[in-house]
Amino acid sequence: MSRRRVIAGSIGMLAALTLVAACGGGTRPGQGGTGTDDGGGADGGGASGSTVATAWGLTGGVNEVLYKESLGWWNEANPDARIGLEFFANDAYKEKIRTALGAGNAPTLIYGWGGGGLKEYVDNGNVVDMTAETANLVDRVLPSVAAGGIFDGKVYGVPNSQSQPVILYYNQNVLDEAGVAVPTTWEELMSAVATLNEHGVAPFSVAGQSKWPYLMWIQYLTDRVGGPEAFQAVLDGEPGAWSDPAFAEALTMIQDLVKADGFVSGYGSIAADANADQALLYTGKAAFLLQGSWIYSSLKVDAPDFVADGLGFTTFPEVTGGAGDPLDIVGNTSNYWSVSATATDEAKAAATSYLDTIVFDDDYTQVLLDAGGVPPVAGLEDTIAKADDAEFIGLAYDMVKQAPHFQLSWDQALAPDAAQELLTNLEKIFLLQSTPEQFVDAMNKTIG
Amino acid sequence: MTVAVRTTERVGRPGSASGAARRRTGPAPWLALPALAFFAFFALVPLLGVVVLSFTSWDGLGSPTFIGAGNWGRILAEPLTQRATVLSLVVVLLSVLFQAPVSLLLGVFMAGRQRYREVLSILYFLPLLFSSAAVAIAFRSLLDPNFGLGAAIGLDVLSQDWLGKPHLALGVCLFVIAWSFIPFHALLYQAGVRQIPVQLYEAATLDGAGAWRQFWSITIPQLRYTIITSTTLILVGSLTYFDLIFILTQGGPGDATRILPLDMYLRGFRSFDMGGASVIATILVVVGLTMSLGLNRVSGSHRMESQQEGL
Repeated sequence: MSRRRVIAGSIGMLAALTLVAACGGGTRPGQGGTGTDDGGGADGGGASGSTVATAWGLTGGVNEVLYKESLGWWNEANPDARIGLEFFANDAYKEKIRTALGAGNAPTLIYGWGGGGLKEYVDNGNVVDMTAETANLVDRVLPSVAAGGIFDGKVYGVPNSQSQPVILYYNQNVLDEAGVAVPTTWEELMSAVATLNEHGVAPFSVAGQSKWPYLMWIQYLTDRVGGPEAFQAVLDGEPGAWSDPAFAEALTMIQDLVKADGFVSGYGSIAADANADQALLYTGKAAFLLQGSWIYSSLKVDAPDFVADGLGFTTFPEVTGGAGDPLDIVGNTSNYWSVSATATDEAKAAATSYLDTIVFDDDYTQVLLDAGGVPPVAGLEDTIAKADDAEFIGLAYDMVKQAPHFQLSWDQALAPDAAQELLTNLEKIFLLQSTPEQFVDAMNKTIG
Repeated sequence: MTVAVRTTERVGRPGSASGAARRRTGPAPWLALPALAFFAFFALVPLLGVVVLSFTSWDGLGSPTFIGAGNWGRILAEPLTQRATVLSLVVVLLSVLFQAPVSLLLGVFMAGRQRYREVLSILYFLPLLFSSAAVAIAFRSLLDPNFGLGAAIGLDVLSQDWLGKPHLALGVCLFVIAWSFIPFHALLYQAGVRQIPVQLYEAATLDGAGAWRQFWSITIPQLRYTIITSTTLILVGSLTYFDLIFILTQGGPGDATRILPLDMYLRGFRSFDMGGASVIATILVVVGLTMSLGLNRVSGSHRMESQQEGL
């Protein structure tokens, strides 16, 4: 065998290699490869027409149903400007979207939570200003919710899903047995904790291993003690903003609760993604659970009997003498669609037209209501009264509508590095590994 | 330089030293090219990329900006990194101390001829077949204090806050890692023991040596290179453990199980500090290479002499 042939062969091999590598790295979402769900449209598959834009959503719950249905309507009406839809798991998505944006491979419609994450996209020019194109949609939704996607008066993200306030769930049967009333103030809550412990039942369930459920506690307590201004100063990047006494006081209250055995034993090992925190509530091992409104739908699936008889829900208690309005709520204001700056004009036009004409029109809102979600749309009282879960949706809807301030989850409101620091330090507070002072010092270092 | 010189000598040993290279038989060196190209493209290029990234500031969205040694100073001075480094060393040390003896004993047992040996060997081997993600999820459910194993069989000892208390969580991680990796190392030892000539044991028996003496004077010395191979794999492997701990604890509670690889990942893909994550990645590469080269050197296995001369 001649040496030349070997060389030629090797070169050919190298070329093939490069090609393989290029293909491996370059499966762009826009090319509609395998795994693309064409919006679950009525005609299924893409035999006729063409897919011009893509959307990435999150698996599970109300949202999945909502996006599939509504994009199905769009694709049926616009076979030549179809929007493909792909789903990802929560944590996987957060990492994937970032890499995709950085590499210029982002989908047309980018799913997000508004707040600090979206702000970063805006600052980097990854998403487009769509103030003019989505004016009708912004008119349809509550201003406090639309605000989550608006920066400097320009719309970069529009709400696409339910509002998710954090709600205090309780097991009425457990409370009755222990003779405890639903607490409306922090003092009542602490005395309920003592009584419940005497009756041998854990007061609060919390999924500590997932870390983010801890946020709900500090967010509500900080707001009740010091009002929304304390955290706003952090968002504005004021040096030493975490030194606001409201934070230290809220952290002290949390540690008081921990020391009073307020949380179920072993709470550091409970994971939210396995719904173990909910299981403690409906099996009667814990009396209360502070969680987002999104768990209602999984409670209905996992414990239908309990939801029918025994489940109670209310707002977070007041803190006597606190500066915050007891009507303030925390949670996820909504999820948002943003449009990628690297998308083609055709894709952008299809995406914004879908947003403006379909999202939160009457049909869209009805699908959301039927699935048990709270639409951030004004004037729905009568419709909600007729819904299956009128009591629950009504409470959540009123909370959203009446709230003077709706605080987005801090891990979404802050930039990613500060959010990680926050979760780690907060976990140490709940595990009594650090003091409020140490927390404040550590968090102040993340500013600036 | 000395290393390179010695390598040529070793390769050239069979022929006369001067003409060995030209008269080499066997496959043409060109045939190594595809493999080398793969290695360069998938290992060396990304590695260089990471080193370059470690001198930049990049949040994954915009374009990286060159900031010199800024990341290095910042990351090395951070208490979080220092804790992660110490923790990594602890994990490496405890992994070796725990896994090596257990694997050795299991391997020796599996190489024997005892009754039920094969059934037991299959049981020992099972963890190797499971994906580590599945193992971690299964253990997390088993260790759930309220709905896990402890609650199921009514043993309060098992209903601890396994993953929520710092020391317990680290212990659990080490145990689960050992549980998943010991079968592989036991397999190495089993193969090693099977290769020891039976005459050695026969002669020792004639000389009146007991089982204990035979183990220390024949089995262990004969397994020398297996021990080195297995220990190197445990060392370097435990330096880069990621998936099991990530799924079990995500580095928590607090930062009690945040070892370097996890720290790298969380910095890179949760905090989006790609520069800082690249610094840690580079450190891990250097430490890992140094450790395996050092172990080879200290143990003298680079000479790879025969263990069975005179047999």
